Amino acid sequence: MKRIDLEFDLVVIGGGTGGPMAAVKAKEQNPQLKVLLIDKAHVKRSGAISMGMDGLNNAVIPGHATPEQYVKEITIANDGIVDQEAVMAYAANSFDMIQELDRWGVKFEKDETGDYAVRKVHHLGSYVLPMPEGHHMKKILYRQLKRARVEITNRVVVTRLLTGASGEVVGVMGFDCRTADFYVIRCKAAVICTGAAGRIGLPASGYLMGTYENPTNCGDGHAMAFHAGADLANLECFQINPLIKDYNGPACAYVTGPFGGFTANSKGERFIECDYWSGQMMMEFYNELEGGNGPVFLKLDHLAEETIGEIEHILHTNERPSRGRFHEKRGNDYRKQMIEMHISEIGFCSGHSASGIWTNARGETSVPGLYAAGDCASVPHNYMLGAFVYGRLCGQSAAAYCADTAKGRVDDGAIAAEQARIRAPLERSDGLTPFQIEYKTRRLVNDYLQPPKITRKYEIGLRRFDEVREDAEAMVATNPHELMRAMEAHSILDCAEMAARASLFRTESRWGLYHYNVDHPDRDDANWFCHTLLSKDAEGRMQMRKKDVEPYLVAIDEEERNAYQRLRVARSAEAA
Amino acid sequence: MSIATTLTQVPVVVDEGKCIAEKGCTVCVDVCPLDVLAIDMLTKKAFMKFDECWYCLPCETDCPTGAVHVSIPYLLR
Ligand SMILES: Cc1cc2nc3c(=O)[nH]c(=O)nc-3n(C[C@H](O)[C@H](O)[C@H](O)COP(=O)(O)OP(=O)(O)OC[C@H]3O[C@@H](n4cnc5c(N)ncnc54)[C@H](O)[C@@H]3O)c2cc1C
Ligand code: SF4
Ligand code: SF4
Repeated sequence: MKRIDLEFDLVVIGGGTGGPMAAVKAKEQNPQLKVLLIDKAHVKRSGAISMGMDGLNNAVIPGHATPEQYVKEITIANDGIVDQEAVMAYAANSFDMIQELDRWGVKFEKDETGDYAVRKVHHLGSYVLPMPEGHHMKKILYRQLKRARVEITNRVVVTRLLTGASGEVVGVMGFDCRTADFYVIRCKAAVICTGAAGRIGLPASGYLMGTYENPTNCGDGHAMAFHAGADLANLECFQINPLIKDYNGPACAYVTGPFGGFTANSKGERFIECDYWSGQMMMEFYNELEGGNGPVFLKLDHLAEETIGEIEHILHTNERPSRGRFHEKRGNDYRKQMIEMHISEIGFCSGHSASGIWTNARGETSVPGLYAAGDCASVPHNYMLGAFVYGRLCGQSAAAYCADTAKGRVDDGAIAAEQARIRAPLERSDGLTPFQIEYKTRRLVNDYLQPPKITRKYEIGLRRFDEVREDAEAMVATNPHELMRAMEAHSILDCAEMAARASLFRTESRWGLYHYNVDHPDRDDANWFCHTLLSKDAEGRMQMRKKDVEPYLVAIDEEERNAYQRLRVARSAEAA
Repeated sequence: MSIATTLTQVPVVVDEGKCIAEKGCTVCVDVCPLDVLAIDMLTKKAFMKFDECWYCLPCETDCPTGAVHVSIPYLLR
């Protein structure tokens, strides 16, 4: 285990979606800045958009939607608990980012007049812009990285941040997943773009990597932010998605909805008015699944042949192109039968839901010099375009911060401790395997944390996680690849505990299924109309506190406030 | 040592007749986000070393000779 020491001004951790944008924008702002983009995979094909994307889920395009409308929609979809300034910072920059991506060569669907062909999927406004030719996203980003002369290091797993005397970021540590070389990178600032924590729960198939999220994204960023002293926001607002059963990828109602496809119960009937993913929508989905009308399906078999051909072209060449292969083996044909769906395991993801490392409208976390963008940060329902917009904001904020900050002193004790922690599994010749630790943690998450949330179950879950933590001290790795899985297992355990502690703190129910608490089944605005923040106390344990919801920029009236509570299709007496 | 290896059928298969790893190609190994592919030192061909696949397809799409085939992992197909 060689030690490699590097020095940069800015380190961007995670080169998926938001990361490359942050690195490029920091360089554009100050070409003298030394910027490193570091990824545990290879930046050419890493992250959620590895194979491209079906479309923009939250485009705010003049003539179709205004930033104010969008802020309102997200506020309502999120039961009021949002920092509107941060959502507005996304919305106000959304169109500009689309135009920049368009100039870079990303192909968006346009109508005969050359206008963007925006579709309606959300409950209130229109924000979905298809990208039927969206498979070249990563190539386009890579070209920009080269053009801006960003340095890139692939296959290095970042594990911890180094902080200085005033708690500010002074470095980044990690190891190479092929050689186990230990990296110490001194820097003035860092941007975390490590994506969702998508490997907390166990997929129903039992296959560890059969997750909705790219399994590289296992919550390392959440864990390193916690250990560096950062606040994490609203972690009890889980991500749970409606997916193709077993395949565990998007079905995808956002793509098929505008063509006439919809989510149906076993009788082939529509039961939700709107397929946009929200906690309330997931609650209806769950009720239908469990309530005698299940299974739930994606229904396309009523559509015309050419429409289905178009849908197949998008779904089977883009984003998750192996969908077609899965259907073929199952004998699924969109023309002939409905496609069985199921709900996913839990995760943290602000891309789709609302929890993550707390950031403000400039992408700053609570730790000086530390920024976060994309699925790992806390700006709700941010999706791909939000990762780009906040990547840009973080890159620019971090470049400005670096300009008037000197490099801080690194703590040799902290470096030695991290090197010892990483080296330990390689030095053992016997013990539990990373697979065993990870499998058991994630199975316990399903058993005890999957909503409906029950206080007693959560308490048992926490006790069991403690036992697994002790066991994890005996993990053995026989090569650098297994070492990567071992270190990931520690992050997964941290995230599982965070999910449990945050959920126990909020003694009400909110966000539909995401935080449906059986012991406190009602929404309690008097006590819980607030954010929750999780952070590290003086002993290194997890502590919780409340944070007021920031004053609204866009007012929400009483009638609108409950729009997302009325998603269930109303059946007239005759129809019933 | 009290550790066993449990055998498993992996979802990614490389056609050794088509693979040109011996000429220096490592494309599939480079692009895999989960780092589960490797070049066999004896046969000089690419193969799946770890059964940890997201069935995402960069390996198959980017292989210059069409040697890689990804199936959906057995547990979920
Ligand atoms: C299947 C799927 C379909 C989706 N469909 C859509 C859609 O149609 N429209 C839309 O707008 N959005 C969609 N989204 C959401 C969107 O893709 C994400 O919100 C966005 O790409 C997140 O970007 P990110 O930068 O936060 O994370 P990612 O792009 O996932 O990047 C995270 C990066 O961090 C790296 N990393 C992780 N841990 C470490 C570590 N410890 N050290 C170093 N590197 C690390 C990973 O390798 C990865 O490259 C979809 C997501 C998924 C998973
Ligand atoms: S990309 Fe194709 S040719 Fe190259 S090593 Fe992999 S299988 Fe062989
Ligand atoms: S399908 Fe994806 S995860 Fe599986 S081997 Fe290929 S690149 Fe790796």
